[in-house]
Amino acid sequence: MSITIYVPCDSSAASMGADRVAIAIAEEAAKRGIDIKLIRNGSRGMYWLEPLVEVATDKGRVAYGPVQPGDVSGLFDANFTQGGAHALNLGLTEELDYFKKQQRLTFARIGKTDPISLTDYVANDGYRGLKNALAMTQADIVKAVTDSGLRGRGGAAFPTGIKWNTVLNTASLQKYIICNADEGDSGTFSDRMVMEGDPFVLIEGMTIAGLAVDASQGYIYLRIEYPHAFEILNAAIATAYKEGYLGENIQGSGKTFNLEVRQGAGAYVCGEETSLMESLEGKRGLVRFKPPLPAISGLFGQPTIVNNVISLASVPVILDKGGDYYRDFGMGRSRGTLPIQLAGNIKRPGLVELGFGLTLRELLYDFGGGSASGRPIKAVQVGGPLGAYLPEAQFDTPLDYEAFAANWTVLGHGGIVVFDDTVNMAEMARYSMEFCKIESCGKCTPCRIGSTRGVEVMDDIINGRNLDKNIPLLRDLCDTLLNGSLCALGGMTPYPVLSALNHFPEDFGINAKATAA
Amino acid sequence: MSINKEKDFGTPARASDNMVTLEIDGFQVTAPVGTSVMRAAASIGIEIPKLCATDSIEPFGSCRLCVVQIEGGRGMPASCTTPVSEGLKVVTQNKKLADVRRGIMELYISDHPLDCLTCSANGDCELQDMAGAVGLREVRYNPVETHLNAVKDQSNPYFSFDPSKCIVCSRCVRACEETQGTFALTIDGRGFDSKVSPGQNEAFMDSECVSCGACVQACPTATLMEKTVIDNGQPEHAIVTTCAYCGVGCSFRAEMKGEQVIRMVPAKDGKANHGHSCVKGRFAFGYATHKDRITKPMIRASINDAWKEVSWEEAIAYAASELKRIQAKYGKDSIGGLTSSRCTNEETYLVQKLIRAGFGNNNVDTCARVCHSPTGYGLKQTFGESSGTQDFDSIMKADVIVVMGVNPTDGHPVFGSMMKKRLRQGAKLIVIDPREIDLVKTPHVKADYHLKLRPGTNVALVNALAHVIVTENLVDEAFVNARCDVAAFNKWRTFIADARHAPEATESITGVPAAEIRAAARLYATADNSAFHYGLGVTEHSQGSTTVIGIANLAMATGNLGREGVGVNPLRGQNNVQGSCDMGSFPHELPGYRHVSDPATHALFSEAWQTELSTNPGLRIPNMFEAALDGSFMGLYCEGEDIAQSDPDIKHVHAALRAMECVIVQDIFLNETAKFAHVFLPGASFLEKTGTFTNAERRISPVRQVMRPLAGYADWEVTQLLSNALGYPMNYSHPSEIMDEIARLTPSFNGVSYEKIDELGSIQWPCNEEAPEGTPVMHTDHFLRDNGKGLFMLTEYVPTIEKVTPMFPLILTTGRILSQYNVGAQTRRTDNVAWHSEDRLEIHSHDAEDRGIVTGDWVGIKSRAGETVLRASVTDRVQPGVVYTTFHFPESGANVITTDNSDWATNCPEYKVTAVQITKVHQPSEWQKSYRDFTEQQLELLESGQQHA
Repeated sequence: MSITIYVPCDSSAASMGADRVAIAIAEEAAKRGIDIKLIRNGSRGMYWLEPLVEVATDKGRVAYGPVQPGDVSGLFDANFTQGGAHALNLGLTEELDYFKKQQRLTFARIGKTDPISLTDYVANDGYRGLKNALAMTQADIVKAVTDSGLRGRGGAAFPTGIKWNTVLNTASLQKYIICNADEGDSGTFSDRMVMEGDPFVLIEGMTIAGLAVDASQGYIYLRIEYPHAFEILNAAIATAYKEGYLGENIQGSGKTFNLEVRQGAGAYVCGEETSLMESLEGKRGLVRFKPPLPAISGLFGQPTIVNNVISLASVPVILDKGGDYYRDFGMGRSRGTLPIQLAGNIKRPGLVELGFGLTLRELLYDFGGGSASGRPIKAVQVGGPLGAYLPEAQFDTPLDYEAFAANWTVLGHGGIVVFDDTVNMAEMARYSMEFCKIESCGKCTPCRIGSTRGVEVMDDIINGRNLDKNIPLLRDLCDTLLNGSLCALGGMTPYPVLSALNHFPEDFGINAKATAA
Repeated sequence: MSINKEKDFGTPARASDNMVTLEIDGFQVTAPVGTSVMRAAASIGIEIPKLCATDSIEPFGSCRLCVVQIEGGRGMPASCTTPVSEGLKVVTQNKKLADVRRGIMELYISDHPLDCLTCSANGDCELQDMAGAVGLREVRYNPVETHLNAVKDQSNPYFSFDPSKCIVCSRCVRACEETQGTFALTIDGRGFDSKVSPGQNEAFMDSECVSCGACVQACPTATLMEKTVIDNGQPEHAIVTTCAYCGVGCSFRAEMKGEQVIRMVPAKDGKANHGHSCVKGRFAFGYATHKDRITKPMIRASINDAWKEVSWEEAIAYAASELKRIQAKYGKDSIGGLTSSRCTNEETYLVQKLIRAGFGNNNVDTCARVCHSPTGYGLKQTFGESSGTQDFDSIMKADVIVVMGVNPTDGHPVFGSMMKKRLRQGAKLIVIDPREIDLVKTPHVKADYHLKLRPGTNVALVNALAHVIVTENLVDEAFVNARCDVAAFNKWRTFIADARHAPEATESITGVPAAEIRAAARLYATADNSAFHYGLGVTEHSQGSTTVIGIANLAMATGNLGREGVGVNPLRGQNNVQGSCDMGSFPHELPGYRHVSDPATHALFSEAWQTELSTNPGLRIPNMFEAALDGSFMGLYCEGEDIAQSDPDIKHVHAALRAMECVIVQDIFLNETAKFAHVFLPGASFLEKTGTFTNAERRISPVRQVMRPLAGYADWEVTQLLSNALGYPMNYSHPSEIMDEIARLTPSFNGVSYEKIDELGSIQWPCNEEAPEGTPVMHTDHFLRDNGKGLFMLTEYVPTIEKVTPMFPLILTTGRILSQYNVGAQTRRTDNVAWHSEDRLEIHSHDAEDRGIVTGDWVGIKSRAGETVLRASVTDRVQPGVVYTTFHFPESGANVITTDNSDWATNCPEYKVTAVQITKVHQPSEWQKSYRDFTEQQLELLESGQQHA
């Protein structure tokens, strides 16, 4: 009987050499006449261990990592196909502390299964949510999502059920489901992991959304920088069509849902839902004003659900196990789990899915193991390039939308980027302005002109010019951006800028007391 | 007088029966659902600062100056994009809002030249106004990156584009898209690099820009600015008047400095144009003060003599004496006159009155003879009134639009834009035209069917459409039974159901595949609202009237009449074609289309004009030429028409003019006809006189004098002088008195007066007791025929005698271009020549290949009537076997080749079908050489006369 060996196909693992390791294993096995079955699974999300090779044994899957092609021959020598001892042997994968402590609902299958195997998907609880949904009324599907407490995981945290309900109640001959897969925040990768590691869960979530609101067409708007995800999604979609999970008459239900993947053209702002729709319509990625809400007049002017990958990928488990099951995770008004992405200067970067409520400190140290450099952590940016910087004094903030908001910080898409004490926060503030300048769509005045002026003002500040004039000017500019911008790009750029200024005034060359707003 | 700027409500008006009441700054305001908070505020005089919003285009929400706070709402929404709702409580001014607005303005000004005092927009700049409104006192930035060195684009002759002053509000881009529908502009780049880009970063003149002026109109700064304003400064007063170009009849504000027109700005409340314009009306007004204007009366005994400048008294006395002499010698009927579709209703009325009452005959005709006379005939017969059935706005309710033999985006550009807007909203389009006009495929518009028929086969095609409707049971029986003469309908039904009209049978005649005709007929017949629009491609044929009748039959059979969104709509070529016809310009009809022999009409006018009028119809234009050559028609009074260029078989026309003993031309230029004249009476341009024009939708609009007549008299005064000299007294002191007389004598004009026109802006006739404010849509519950019923008429297809033969294997058809206007007398004397400086012959690549012709070659065009030479333009817009040209330049000699075939009912020339041969040549035709010599001679005779004086 052949031995099953898992080498991740995930692009982070690949960037660490997983593809070359897979080839080396296959060649070595052939050379030695060992019958192996090589599966390219998704990543378990413990990136410091990638390439993480797993071997299926009677006791469970045994992990080896990080494995380089040069290690392969030695692993065979150590009889790793039977779980043999080796310096890289990490023990049973699912007993690894980092993994074991997680609450994996949305990521339940990721790393375990072959992403493009529908059989694997179904064998591991896949399409149970859809099966339930097909037996429910539309209102009941929406109610389950509402009851789950799921909020938009793209960052805005808008209650998903309410959005769906609006689309359900807006009459139209054509409605759309859009998956926002333009994951562009710095330090984020959870969407990519889902699309590369478990594409069917997204397809299932979108199909359920389609059934729930009567939308017969779905689009996955995928950033062009995710070529692996593009291939894997398309392969999975093709299989789903073939097996009657997409197209007309889904699983004999008479319901229709079509799905295709569209690639973006490299603009960060197209992750904003209205410019995403403009782009999807073939136009320049310009932000639209709201109202009308996309739920009422979205893609091509039709009622449209726009949800993030994680939001949609969380739907199958909700429909499988019920809204209450999902709701039991989390705290306060933040229900369910959040896939947190640890990145930057951190010892153990990776994906941690947990119910809301853990503190930042627990994440950084218990999971992340402190900084990779070994130096003290000075600040973390949570929620992508538009998220605030948190100083150590705020590390005890629990991961909870409201707790973060109370600190004038944001959880966003759950990306955490860690900086040690060598960082200069004025440079980071300048970087935030520059990011806004580069990515601004150019429609609204505050963002279009303000971001350029912001960089110039920061240059003056960094060079110590006229601080008594330029610091107030920076604050005023941030005010204009915050209150005047059309979308969150300009509207939230003040978060990192002002948090850096307020928490680290010394990096701006000024005395803390003099600047406190 | 003042410049009296039009109020800008910021966002377009919304129509809704649902009204909501909200509170803005403590004031209650009620507005229709869908209205923006900004507009609601403006309606009660609360002006919220704004830059990217203007009420001619949809809100965009980009400048963010218009932010407000809403009680219970989060953040600061833009008032231009926030719709009103019941009970909303809005605050438009407070410290926080002021800070944001000032912050935004500080950013704007950090990238704007501080040259207000020397800026062309000084005094008319919204950025300047807003900087004042928000109280910006200081710009604290030290900008490194700016656009201050961006290079000006001066390529357009009428406006300049200075990107250093651009605030990237996108108003120009949106106006180009929404108002004009050309999509020539876009924003290139993103973020701070965003900039307005014509085409793909080209100069305006190299882009698809059609110079309609919508962008200039929309620009809030000096970025897009009329060169006339740059040269002269801001205008100081404005007078609303009506454009004198095409039959759309746009309303314009003539913005003036004293008597100098600084710019023509389309009026927002103009009911035909709603604030839009085209390159002609908006910019091409410079001809009015062109050096070629003749401002002194002139006379001469023979056309080989030098002109002699004389006083008005002498010129009028000479003209009158000549006319009297000719009548004495050749009889009462030996003289006549022509009115013009270029002149006002009042002038036209006066000319025909002079002829009928002063000359004592009915020898009056007008240029509609050569354009829309078949419309007059066909629609009068079937519907009972010689006019289109709809107003322009009706198109916005049409679900299917048929465009046959008309090229709206070139010929009627402002209406073309409205049509495109409706098409972008989803209306279906059927184009029936031998050539691929722009509408067939233009940004975001594509014809569902383009029935590319052979020129001259209109009747066969219209019959085939009707055949499908009848035989596939698509007739609106209820409409026909209730509204039409059923006996006539039944006769027609039997006629049209015959197999000879089936699309399969007509395919070999028209060249249009049967399946396409069937599909188009079904589309037309089954839509909720189908509107039919046509032009000279329908009328200027030997069966022009038959096609008009055929179209009327189609509309009646499908019930597409009597409400908004439907109808039969002739697009009139000239500003006052409708009006000149209404005013009794035809030899057989008195004003209001009443026959000269009708006893009641005869009695009415004889009484009113205090003379016994002739009951014999007079001569039509072609008959006048025949009679001139016969020696029985020797004197002509021609006001504002250029028959020596515009009429077919031009050599014949010239011969007739030469045969006459006294040709009196009243015009603003020494036009082609004037070269054959003995008396020249200098006319006034539309800017120099008062009156009214009636556009294609029967809209009577005011023409207001903005400068004094260069020659001293408005045209109506000249006619009056001539009449008095002839012994028929006229004593009008103002054109309004002429209109009062028209109203008194014409039932459909009974309710029209200058007071009412001033009050309503414009009036669509019929305007009388039944319809005191005019009639946008006609035939709403009965047709205007005597029995109230629509009349179906039989339309047998009779092929034209103008046939292709081995000697003349191609068919020449003609059309217009956007930048030039008809005979070109005006537009050729403006910078519009930058777009079109010569007429060219379009020829299909196959036909060109056969003849070894490439684009730019000189080609000879020879017909049975004559020969001329043009440069070739090889294109696939025309089909093989068909060639096409425009006719805006006299030296092109398009009418040297056209024949004297004409419509059976009205003598409208068959301009659109001439069999020709095309060959490559190396020199102008004989006619062109003689034309050149003659023109040179006439200009010398003019010059020597002027020097002499």
